[in-house]
Amino acid sequence: MKSAPFDYHRPSDIDEACAILAADGDARIIAGGQSLVPMMAMRLVRPTQLVDIGRIPSLSYVRAHAGMIAIGATTRQCAVERDALARAHVPLLCKALPWIGHAATRARGTIGGSLAHADPAAELVLVAITLDAKLVYRAGGATTEISASDFFTGLMTTALPSHGCLAAIHFPASDGGNVGVGFHEINARRSDFAFASAAAQIVLDDDETCRSLALGIGAVTEVPFRLDAVAARLQGRRIEESTLRPAIRDALGDVAPMSDLHASADYRRRAATTLAVRAVMDAAASARGGNPHAH
Amino acid sequence: MPTDLTVNGKRCHVDVEPRTTLLDCLRDTLGLTGTHMGCEHGICGACTVLIDGVPVRSCLMFAVQADGYAITTIEGVAPGPGELSVVQDAFCETHGMQCGYCTPAMILTAHALLAANPAPTREDIVDAISGNICRCTGYVQIVEAIALAAERLRGVNRPIEVA
Amino acid sequence: MAGAQPFQYVSSDRRVREDRRFVVGQGHFAADIVLPDMKHVALVTSPHPAARIVSIDKSAALAMPGVHYALDGRELATASLPLMAGLDTPNVPRRPLAVDVARYSGEWVAAVVADTRALAEDAAEQVVVNYEPLPHVLDAEAALLPESPLVHAAHGSNVLLDRTFVWGDVEEDFAASPHRLSYRVKWGRSATVPIETFSVIASFDPWRELLDVWASIQMPKFQDQLAIALKMPASAVRVHYDVDVGGSYGVKRGIKHTVLVAYLAKRLGVPIRLLEDRLENMRGGDAHGPERVFDVDIAFDASGLIRSMKMRALDNVGAYAGRSPFQLGKPIGAIVGPYRIQSVQYRAMAVTTNKTVQEAVRAFGQSPTNYAIERAIEEVAAALSLDPVEVRRRNFIRAEEFPYTIPSGSTYDSGDYHAVIDKTLAHGDYAALRAEQARLRAQGLLAGIGIATCLEPSGGNSAFEPLLNPKNTTTTWMESCRISVDLTGSVTATMHTTSAGQGHETLVATVVGEVLEIDPDHIRVVRPDSLSSMPSNSPVGSRMAIMLGGAAFHAAQKLKAKLVAIAAHDLAIAVGAASYRAGDVSDSADPQRRRSWQDLVVIAHRHFHRLPPDMEPGLSVSHVMQVPTGGTLPTPDGRVQMYPCFSFECHLILLTIDPELGKPRILRYVVGHDCGTVINPKIVRGMTLGGIAHGIGAALLEEFAYNDDGQLIAQSFMDYLLPSSHEVPAIEIVHHVTPSPHTVLGQKGSGESGYLGAPAAIANGINDALRPLGIQVNSLPITISALGDRIAEAQQKRATRSA
Repeated sequence: MKSAPFDYHRPSDIDEACAILAADGDARIIAGGQSLVPMMAMRLVRPTQLVDIGRIPSLSYVRAHAGMIAIGATTRQCAVERDALARAHVPLLCKALPWIGHAATRARGTIGGSLAHADPAAELVLVAITLDAKLVYRAGGATTEISASDFFTGLMTTALPSHGCLAAIHFPASDGGNVGVGFHEINARRSDFAFASAAAQIVLDDDETCRSLALGIGAVTEVPFRLDAVAARLQGRRIEESTLRPAIRDALGDVAPMSDLHASADYRRRAATTLAVRAVMDAAASARGGNPHAH
Repeated sequence: MPTDLTVNGKRCHVDVEPRTTLLDCLRDTLGLTGTHMGCEHGICGACTVLIDGVPVRSCLMFAVQADGYAITTIEGVAPGPGELSVVQDAFCETHGMQCGYCTPAMILTAHALLAANPAPTREDIVDAISGNICRCTGYVQIVEAIALAAERLRGVNRPIEVA
Repeated sequence: MAGAQPFQYVSSDRRVREDRRFVVGQGHFAADIVLPDMKHVALVTSPHPAARIVSIDKSAALAMPGVHYALDGRELATASLPLMAGLDTPNVPRRPLAVDVARYSGEWVAAVVADTRALAEDAAEQVVVNYEPLPHVLDAEAALLPESPLVHAAHGSNVLLDRTFVWGDVEEDFAASPHRLSYRVKWGRSATVPIETFSVIASFDPWRELLDVWASIQMPKFQDQLAIALKMPASAVRVHYDVDVGGSYGVKRGIKHTVLVAYLAKRLGVPIRLLEDRLENMRGGDAHGPERVFDVDIAFDASGLIRSMKMRALDNVGAYAGRSPFQLGKPIGAIVGPYRIQSVQYRAMAVTTNKTVQEAVRAFGQSPTNYAIERAIEEVAAALSLDPVEVRRRNFIRAEEFPYTIPSGSTYDSGDYHAVIDKTLAHGDYAALRAEQARLRAQGLLAGIGIATCLEPSGGNSAFEPLLNPKNTTTTWMESCRISVDLTGSVTATMHTTSAGQGHETLVATVVGEVLEIDPDHIRVVRPDSLSSMPSNSPVGSRMAIMLGGAAFHAAQKLKAKLVAIAAHDLAIAVGAASYRAGDVSDSADPQRRRSWQDLVVIAHRHFHRLPPDMEPGLSVSHVMQVPTGGTLPTPDGRVQMYPCFSFECHLILLTIDPELGKPRILRYVVGHDCGTVINPKIVRGMTLGGIAHGIGAALLEEFAYNDDGQLIAQSFMDYLLPSSHEVPAIEIVHHVTPSPHTVLGQKGSGESGYLGAPAAIANGINDALRPLGIQVNSLPITISALGDRIAEAQQKRATRSA
């Protein structure tokens, strides 16, 4: 399983990378390669040129920026796992990261790479949509910022133009008070592609009622989605399973889940309900406990 | 495409097609056949090497991407000819292998784990090797090997590093 | 183990010497071998499950730089004979490359040779094949229907084997039994899928007329079949046994890979390598395993004693068959499991479909059969409201009944099934497990206890060959060992086959050391090539501890006798008056008079004048051993002694199932294991643990799934799921030793242990967990989604009923 031949470039900045993409429609960006190289090995994709942005220093960072946590597109997943800023202010991201692949893939895989690949089961895509992150990309010398809900347009398809390159992702920074997160997924083996996943971030008021809830479901449909209807229903209320479960079940009623070798549509729908309930309950418990990383 | 790699502390100059994976370069160009090919799509882990001390699937890297890192393969682990590292010896003590095919990857992964975490729990060990598939052992004797190595290394005065 | 330790080295917890080279990355795997000017092969494969091959245009491929040759099936067919089939099916020829018709998606249609594998793959994509798709059939039962497409038109049907055996008074036993029940279970298509794919290098020297082969092989009569296919004498084929095989567990039978590569090596005059990539392996490596439907009727009495059994085993062997249909025959040697079932009717059916070809999988059909048999116990227990442990105890053959002959003609050598189950249940604290099950159920989890008790027939005399193919009258299954002591006094023993991690070098050294009373670590074990080897039938059928251990033992005894004879003659005493101890021989009447090991070496090698008359000089001995029992052809009613020795295992599992997510979790795994005398505890333990991991995969994760268009959709490790360290729990092994009366040390085989009973135990545990819902799962693998859907459906029905 050897890749088809290609030329290799290592540009020194993102604009140089975009220029190569603009000049050759079959050129592709490589960062961590953990998603791309298997597809190349199976000859499902055959870039004529590979544009390696993995070592552009200006694309790898985690920093605070205008109430957001900005993460450079080529920041390694393992680096974000360890980063103090990310852990403090984007707890849902750090909760989800250990579920991505294996340590060996997180050593090379990048935040931007997983987002650009847009697999329906990708944990990072789910977190980005759940938190309504902003994705920043560069194309033809211009920078565009786009919200996650607009960025992911279909099955492994994004709004990123073919000559564009993801530059950064901005997550809303949580200020820590009464914040709790939960993340659950179900797969045949730990670290496989999930059949269904749920991500929840909750902010409780001091009386433990729900001030805000971000709840997203992944791996069930071609693009992960938020259950804003559930958030609306739970606003101002205590989080209890007896009200939570029917709210989630109702919200999932119209969803048309995918069906494949590993899981039926019915299974995905039911699992999504269970995982969403567990994620919200975990988030609420950790918010009450004062430690967003607890549970 | 010419590339300079540092493998097991030695600088090597190679000139391979960009599509040559680090795995194929190590095996075919540099003759280091201890790193093994199992799936070429990043799942079985038999191709694991250490990149700056961290386990990485060498089938998912191209050789031309691998310059500037300290690459460690299984050939760089034994302290000397005819000798075994504490981890390697522990694998022999518990029989943490049968066919030997996944073994170099397991040993490198174990070295990396113990360098970062000298007192891993059973769960830590299971998790650390969960990206390396073994079809022979059922993992039990591998986990025992790593636990034994951890215990022995904790008794040593100086940490033993391979990367 | 009770009593004094009778052995000095056998059964001691010694290191496995092979490990030393593996931990430093110095294994000698086929892909590690580099020959000058070696070329590489990539395959062109059929995208269709059935199609006529109209034309093959190689011109674009051959025009590419670095490409040397493109071979098609027609050319190879003119230069080779079809690959050997086990059954008498001359109209179902099997060849490395398809000829005129492709019969499964992934079948090899052409092979391209180039300077590198990458170039060969580039060129393979440029070979243009015109296909005319044909109707295809994928399901075994559909393949039996008269309207089904025929996979091999010339064969006239899709049935390769349909043979019914009746042993004992089946109808009378059914008529006389107060109870009967029927069930159907299915074993999904999975296999052992080693991490190393099949690799082979062939190089032909036209001046020596010698074909050298290095292969990742585990196959009886490999060089013979290769030679026959290429119309060469086997003395022109030199297979190198010192290649380490990266796991096989049955499936590394790359005879088609090797014939292909050997032909190319001869044709092109350069060494040729085929290193199967994972996609080639999964789709077209012909290493899939049994895919079976079992229909079983049992007749039993009110106390749960099963008197008779009727079983139909229908196997989907894929588009061609080599040896794999015999996997329906081997289980005949333990067709009643460990139970005293008095009569059996067994119908074995092997059917072709347009799927990838099956190969021998660990235990050669015994594990699927055990799964079907163990279900009978559970059904009886449920029907009579008895504990399944009690039903097993009542049905077990009793220790005092051995040797015990089963209806199909095999005699079980020894065993104490009651002792092993008692030990296992005591260690696991069965009562506490049932209490724990109740507690977990009270918490809202589904919780089950899974039990399986089954046999590992070992020793491999393969009497199923003449049983299922009367034209095959093979009754010889050999193994051999040669031992030489050199002039410096060091010992070298030889073994004559490849190994895939079973520790055979350690086995030989331990046995030889035991007999000669010298440290096994000082015994060198080497593997010559096939031309300098003595006969072997390779590590199959859980045979090597018995056969290689036996051959090594007998050879060592011969050596010891020779040393004693030399010493006795030199000391002028009778042989009976000499005593051997740790390599030295002394006069029993006057121990000061002795000859040391070194003395004897010098006499043997240099002092012919001191040797007993008519004794060959030097110290080289050998032994060729036949299987301890059997060696006869089947009776007309199909009774025959299958394997000589029978190990036993008892699995006890506590598991839960998340009722919403359907995911099973094993909380406790205890297995009792009796393989007679254990030669090396580390090796045996590894076999059992690894076998259980294979079993977990077969039960819960692994399946070569096809879609209706005949495409293998689980063709990479993304979809064919192998157990990782997370999926294999901590496993507690409880030992028992019931030595075999047939073997030199009392040893039985253990190469298949764990795999034989784990799928049955897990399936039984899941069904036990589902019992409160009134549902059962009847096929493997049991996927999370299917389990979740079944549970939800059952809960829904309950809710509707109680509403």
